[in-house]
Amino acid sequence: MDMPRYERIWMNIGIGSLIIFLIILGILAFGMGIHPPDSLEQTANPETIDIYPPFDQPGVYQTGPNEYEVIMTSFIFSYEPREIRVPLGAKIHFKATSKDVVHGLYVPNTNINLMLVPGHVTEYTYTFDEPGEHLFLCHEYCGTGHQLMQGRIIVYDPENTST
Amino acid sequence: MVNTKRGFGSSLVPLSDFSFEEPDRKLILYHLGFAFFVLFLGILAGLFQTLQRAGLITLPVQLGYYQLLTAHGVLLALVFTTIFIIGFLYSGVAKTMDGRLVPAARVLGWIGYIMMVIGSIMATYAILVNEATVLYTFYAPLKASPTFYFGLALLVVGSWISGAGIFTNYGSWRKRNKGKESPLFAFMAVAIMILWIHASLFVAIEVVFQLIPWSLGLVERVDVTLSRTLFWYFGHALVYFWLLPAYVYWYVNIPKIVGGKILSSALPRLTFLLFILFSIPVGFHHQLNEPGIESFWKYLQVVLTMAVIVPSLLTAFSLIGTFELAGREKGAKGLFGWVKKLPYGDARFFAPFVAMVIFIVGGAGGVVLASYQMNSTVHNTWFVTGHFHMTLASSVVLTFFGISIWLIPVLSKRKLTPFMNRLGIIQAIIWAAGMVLLSGTMHIVGLLGAPRRSSFSTYGDHEVALGWIPYYYVIAVGGALLTIAMLLFVYMAFHLMFIAPRTDRVIEYPIGEVYEKAQRPPKILERWSVWVGLSILLSIIAYAVPIIDMIQHSPPGSLPYEPW
Ligand SMILES: [Cu+2]
Ligand SMILES: [Cu+2]
Repeated sequence: MDMPRYERIWMNIGIGSLIIFLIILGILAFGMGIHPPDSLEQTANPETIDIYPPFDQPGVYQTGPNEYEVIMTSFIFSYEPREIRVPLGAKIHFKATSKDVVHGLYVPNTNINLMLVPGHVTEYTYTFDEPGEHLFLCHEYCGTGHQLMQGRIIVYDPENTST
Repeated sequence: MVNTKRGFGSSLVPLSDFSFEEPDRKLILYHLGFAFFVLFLGILAGLFQTLQRAGLITLPVQLGYYQLLTAHGVLLALVFTTIFIIGFLYSGVAKTMDGRLVPAARVLGWIGYIMMVIGSIMATYAILVNEATVLYTFYAPLKASPTFYFGLALLVVGSWISGAGIFTNYGSWRKRNKGKESPLFAFMAVAIMILWIHASLFVAIEVVFQLIPWSLGLVERVDVTLSRTLFWYFGHALVYFWLLPAYVYWYVNIPKIVGGKILSSALPRLTFLLFILFSIPVGFHHQLNEPGIESFWKYLQVVLTMAVIVPSLLTAFSLIGTFELAGREKGAKGLFGWVKKLPYGDARFFAPFVAMVIFIVGGAGGVVLASYQMNSTVHNTWFVTGHFHMTLASSVVLTFFGISIWLIPVLSKRKLTPFMNRLGIIQAIIWAAGMVLLSGTMHIVGLLGAPRRSSFSTYGDHEVALGWIPYYYVIAVGGALLTIAMLLFVYMAFHLMFIAPRTDRVIEYPIGEVYEKAQRPPKILERWSVWVGLSILLSIIAYAVPIIDMIQHSPPGSLPYEPW
């Protein structure tokens, strides 16, 4: 095909940088394990998840010296638990699902950005590096009360043990 | 016979005695008319959303924010675009293939049109009576009434019949012109309809086999992840279905307006074929943050998504090349002298030119969104909404304005007066300003964490959420500007259709000529079976395993919900 020389150069630079970019994404993903939220685990009927473990007892559980697991359910128009307390710098493993429609779990200004799909479990691990009261909210439209779905993650500094 | 006189800005506005045959004229006009009516309604819905979300107005109980949001999305993203695009494609196919449509194409065009209109009315009715507040993505297990889904199915199937009309016309022309290369416009129209039919087949499967039986109560549960996957199989290609007709105008019509040539007949064809290949097997980039899909497949589709950069770069090069040659022919000197020689005073060029500039920014935002990990910082925030208002609502729609300003008078056989041309430029400026304010601010506030698709909320007065509110005011100002631009456009369309002076020698339907030294496109480019086959093959590679996995390991499924 008739491609002028300058176009050839332009395309080679473009395609070359694209390939480098994709390799970087690939190394981050499969070399360093940085993936978006995921999991292939499933639940029973979404409406009855609260009679089977682990979602029969949503809450925050310590699983290691500096590791926590957050078991969370979402439903029209709230979450369980709605308040999560974790120490600064701890590894927090989220395990969440929905009892009805699709919801979201999003903590603004972090990479905690999960879709909660009924029938599936979504998992994500995150470490907070800033203390304070973080807002979490639903970012997938779920009905008229969607904008009310929210909660707080309270990250406390264990050095400052006044709490 | 074409006679030329000095016209708007530095461009030539040739008049010609070409006119569409009456049946073609009517068919195209009906498409445009309905599309503009829908555009009007959809933008009004958008205005009220921006005001409500900023907390500036309270909506009546009978008409909620999410209902308006559904109407806005369905009317603009699905109905307006589809019907306008098909109307425009029919016009160019008729113009470049003997100046008329073959009778069979006309019949198919009308059947498709009527089905699309009935389907749109059904879906809109369901939204207005509050039986379908599911947004335009209609994610299960939110359940709309069967009327909504039947309406959507009619819209999609109608568009296939319109597509069949384009194929018929093209096939008939090729039979009558053995051995000739097909007109570029018609080639592109065929490519767009192939892309559209391939992709929308899967949303039709979702609607007809999953959602309709479930909505009617014939089956109890629906597989949510499968339905989302089928939707996004279609959803990203939908974006290219919007964009490619704008590219047609940039590639084929604009060279004529700027007084340049189409540099190559082969590369634009190759570009469109690459878009067919790389806009379908990529839907997972909309599902990166959800469970039930293995990481490997998500990443693979990210790679395929990014491959669209290749035809995009080809497009950028050839458009700039066309502009440069046109400028140099007018005596431009130096490396960038040609930039000054473009006909900025001509609305047919100005609006799409602004569209192209905005598209560079919009495209860059798209790379962020599709980047496997980076997506987590912005997924489902207002950044996403900003992105497609910058690409679709700015670049594509501005191009459609640029098309309308000459296409309407060609069809109404009236004069495109210098006054209307000037109004067209003002209208494009107001629209672009409104859209840059609206979508630029959406990008920023999205980076600050504001979620998309959300009614007014301060989230219990959390400081982060309170910080978003000033930006919402700016977005509302953008919405107001857009409404003004829209009203101006409605006035212009009405004027050009019914009021402007009648004439026998209407403005020319601009079709660019291919550069004399360009080679003939290789035959393989027009062997559609090869490209359709490749497109199917890529989809199988990207989707077969994950979809079979989904079906084999499907969870129990979800009951229907109507939480509105
Ligand atoms: Cu929600
Ligand atoms: Cu996409």
